[in-house]
Amino acid sequence: MKTWLDAWPVFRQLTGNDPLGRGVAARSKATEQVVSRTATADKVVKSVCPYCAVGCAQRVFVKDEQIVQIEGDPDSPISRGRLCPKGSATKQLVTSPTRVTTVKYRRPYATDWEDLDLDTAMEMIADRVLEAREKGWQTMDGGKRVNRTMGFASLGGATLDNEENYLMKKLYSALGAVQIENQARI
Amino acid sequence: MAECHPVGFQWVTEAKARGAKIIHIDPRFTRTSAIADLHVPIRLGTDIAFLGALIKYVLDNDLYFRDYVVSYTNAASLVGEDFVDTEDLGGLFSGFDPETGQYDESSWAYEPAEAPHASSDDPAGAAEQEAGNQQDSVEASDQAQTHGSGGPTIPAKPKRDETLEHPRTVFQVLKRHFARYTPEMVSDVCGIEPEVFEQVAKWVTSNSNRDRTTAWVYSVGWTQHSVGAQYIRTASILQLLLGNIGRPGGGIMALRGHASIQGSTDVPTLYNLLPGYLPMPHAALHETLADYVADAAGKGGFWGNKPAYITSMLKSWWGDEAREENDFAFDYIPKINGDHSSYRTIADMIAGKVHGYFLVGENPSVGHPNGKMNRFGLANLDWLVVRDLQMIESATFWKEGPEIESGEMAPETIGTEVFFMPAATHVEKEGTFTQTQRLLQWREKAVEPPMDARSDLWFYFHLGRIIRERLASSTDPRDRPVQTLTWDYPTLGHTADPDAEAVLREINGVGADGRALSTYIDMKDDGSTSGGCWIYTGVYADEVNQAARRKPAREQGPVAGEWGWAWPLNRRMLYNRASADPDGKPWSERKAYVSWDEAAGRWVGEDVPDFEATKRPDYVPPEGAQAQAAIGGADPFVMQGDGKGWLYAPAGLVDGPMPTHYEPSESVAENHLYGQQSSPTIERIAGPWNRENPSRSEVYPFQVTTYRLTEHHTAGAMSRTLPYLSELQPEFFVEVSPELAELRGLTNGEFATLISARTAIEAKVLVTERMRPIKLKGGQVVHQIGMPYHWSYAGLSTGDNANDLLGIVLDANTHIQEDKVSTADIVPGRRPRGPELLDYVEAYRMRAGVESGRVGLNGRAPDEDPSAMEASGA
Repeated sequence: MKTWLDAWPVFRQLTGNDPLGRGVAARSKATEQVVSRTATADKVVKSVCPYCAVGCAQRVFVKDEQIVQIEGDPDSPISRGRLCPKGSATKQLVTSPTRVTTVKYRRPYATDWEDLDLDTAMEMIADRVLEAREKGWQTMDGGKRVNRTMGFASLGGATLDNEENYLMKKLYSALGAVQIENQARI
Repeated sequence: MAECHPVGFQWVTEAKARGAKIIHIDPRFTRTSAIADLHVPIRLGTDIAFLGALIKYVLDNDLYFRDYVVSYTNAASLVGEDFVDTEDLGGLFSGFDPETGQYDESSWAYEPAEAPHASSDDPAGAAEQEAGNQQDSVEASDQAQTHGSGGPTIPAKPKRDETLEHPRTVFQVLKRHFARYTPEMVSDVCGIEPEVFEQVAKWVTSNSNRDRTTAWVYSVGWTQHSVGAQYIRTASILQLLLGNIGRPGGGIMALRGHASIQGSTDVPTLYNLLPGYLPMPHAALHETLADYVADAAGKGGFWGNKPAYITSMLKSWWGDEAREENDFAFDYIPKINGDHSSYRTIADMIAGKVHGYFLVGENPSVGHPNGKMNRFGLANLDWLVVRDLQMIESATFWKEGPEIESGEMAPETIGTEVFFMPAATHVEKEGTFTQTQRLLQWREKAVEPPMDARSDLWFYFHLGRIIRERLASSTDPRDRPVQTLTWDYPTLGHTADPDAEAVLREINGVGADGRALSTYIDMKDDGSTSGGCWIYTGVYADEVNQAARRKPAREQGPVAGEWGWAWPLNRRMLYNRASADPDGKPWSERKAYVSWDEAAGRWVGEDVPDFEATKRPDYVPPEGAQAQAAIGGADPFVMQGDGKGWLYAPAGLVDGPMPTHYEPSESVAENHLYGQQSSPTIERIAGPWNRENPSRSEVYPFQVTTYRLTEHHTAGAMSRTLPYLSELQPEFFVEVSPELAELRGLTNGEFATLISARTAIEAKVLVTERMRPIKLKGGQVVHQIGMPYHWSYAGLSTGDNANDLLGIVLDANTHIQEDKVSTADIVPGRRPRGPELLDYVEAYRMRAGVESGRVGLNGRAPDEDPSAMEASGA
């Protein structure tokens, strides 16, 4: 028969078969009810760590459309489930409270940011690309046909997806832009 | 490797557990050294001297893998009579023009065994191309590099001497070139004791034979030097001599530093490349498609199919608009004619020549050397678009950059209009990363990006859509490439994100039957096939996203070929034909990998053979054979025109056919090997904002190297903003030896100031025996300072910016900066603040005899700046 004493961990430790209090003696009703976030997730999505180029596989646990945990994927022949300190911190990367999630705009000579609507920003950028393209256009250079613009340039990071790099190079080339670079040269 | 690629390092520790010897060659003692059997502290910037001595050791002691070397490398090829080595020209090769600082490579060529371009369909055209490659604007724009993995065209088959005795065989030329790279010289130059060198040489050579192989692993510690490409060449020569390429456990492994930096090179956002290492068309060479592919006519190896690769790419980009009668729209691609790489572009920005700039997940204000020069570039734009997750320093330079405090910039004088566009994280979009072993891995999307955050795929697709709408009715011919671009990707969800799988399928390519191609061999030059990046063809074979394969490792063999997809054609090890002997038999049972099965009439093995599957080992190319048909059955290097591994590069590098030790641009030591102090072909970008520390200057007496920490990532936006990582490595520090601390009065845990001709920065001092002073010839002691480069003023963990200390000089082969070695002074205490900082740095420059580094407001030349002129009373 259970008594109030049985709810006291020290009593269980002293009288039970867990004298060091590191097992069953230390468990409570609350402990029994704790379930890992990975167990209650709605879905598990297969991903890849975004830091270095080893390419460790990640499992991303999602509940209620929120990321609740990111862990190494033991299926991977590359990483066998391991992640380094950065890879292990990936959940903080994608859920960071300091992430900027709206467009910020700084006018020429201004001393602070303003807010800007995403669609308006896209239209404004398109205008500026066409204007800079025109300003820097060269049909000939050094007596040879070049058909290009030196009016604007681009520098990408090396966490861009292949598909993203592909669209960038394709669009920039069609516009005549050649100063297109990436961290890959740095 | 243990610090920067920790999870990859598990395989090194596995190898060690199975008996492998681990040697760590690094100026610093790191976690890798702690695991290694031997740590070899090397003086910064002397790797060619060290590796060159290993080459000499192999040659002198007949330790090379003779059967491999004779059959699989160009050791037996004869070099022409006009070639003169550095031995005879004080450290220069023949063909150097001191006026232009460039080489004419023609004297480096082989001695031909046939008339030039004899196997070409168009000998005259090919000869013209070859001559054209020597023009300055062509050399400057990297045509050499863009011969890519194929190397440049070899105009004629060379004469050969398979006894390797002829004095002009590559083998003998190599022996003479490396004759002065002795163990004593290693001691004098690298500061490595002869007995340590001997130990390395013994372990490496005794572990390289039929039964055993040795691997070399490097990172940007090799590429970021003024002779970076030649560092890797030196390792290639050593590995080819030892028979360690194309065999299991061998190779030279580049550990790249970002999730898809390999992908960003393969599907390049690089100025000199089109997808799949096709060169960007050059104005002086490629007026037509026929000009562009002339070098492939008659070229041996898979680059002989260049017309099919480029035509398929043009079909992917312009669809029905690309027709035979308009050269498949080849003229729609803009032409390059010089160095248009990022540092040159930054200098052009300061000069007001560039109006707009996109920074897409890149933070040059922190991550690139000479942050100040980068920020001056940004301050002279009309507009800047920054796409990132966090508010990075490159987006806030106009109000928070260090130049605001020093008075070199003021927000109300900076006209740059800045758009910060929030980006989606890797779990908020789908797509592929290509990791460091050429493996593409597909990521699924977990959640939608928050609020205005969007993928870069979304951004470029919709920017293109809006621009195409603007130009829809234009009659200007320059707008036609935009109007006719294939840009009709299906979109998904409420944000209308383009379908990344549709883009991947376009990259893969489609055959005449409308089905996804399964191999680039099926690409045609008649416009009947498409494919955006030929080396990625097969990633969508059978209409299946092969990069998304995730068969668990425990259900596969050691090659694990059903996890993701590797280019080319899912081959996990390149040049693996070399794992078998010329007859197609494994060199040994222990090292069997791919071999010829006579009964089946094909190459077999655990991996996909990197060879035509049914080409017999005794195949001899018939007269006039082209492309892959010109590669013999015993020539494993199928991308090279001659099928051989190159110990000597008769063309293709701008700084010499063989590696030569030169001191770094900023060195505290004299070049003990040659009269030529540093590489004669170093590319410089001159300006008051990029002053160099003079070589062997007493004012800047210590060597500095930069590196990453396990707990931080590059410019810090992905780590200094995270609480866990900021807590693990909370502040900027520099590592110095106890001897240097004593010499300069530095105290562990206190501040020190480091000074260069660019600026002065402060950091906490970590006094540690992990840094060791190095003794050179004549008793010179070289002190080296280690400096992680992750910090700046934004984020949770802040500090001065290490990269601000560095200048920019470039390897002319690659336009990559020498930031793994520079010089500086270090003194105790914090740096001056405000305008006093500028006076402090200028005083050092004056003492060192360096030109003034003072600039006008926002980095413009002082005479362009009215307020500066007024101040100086002009």
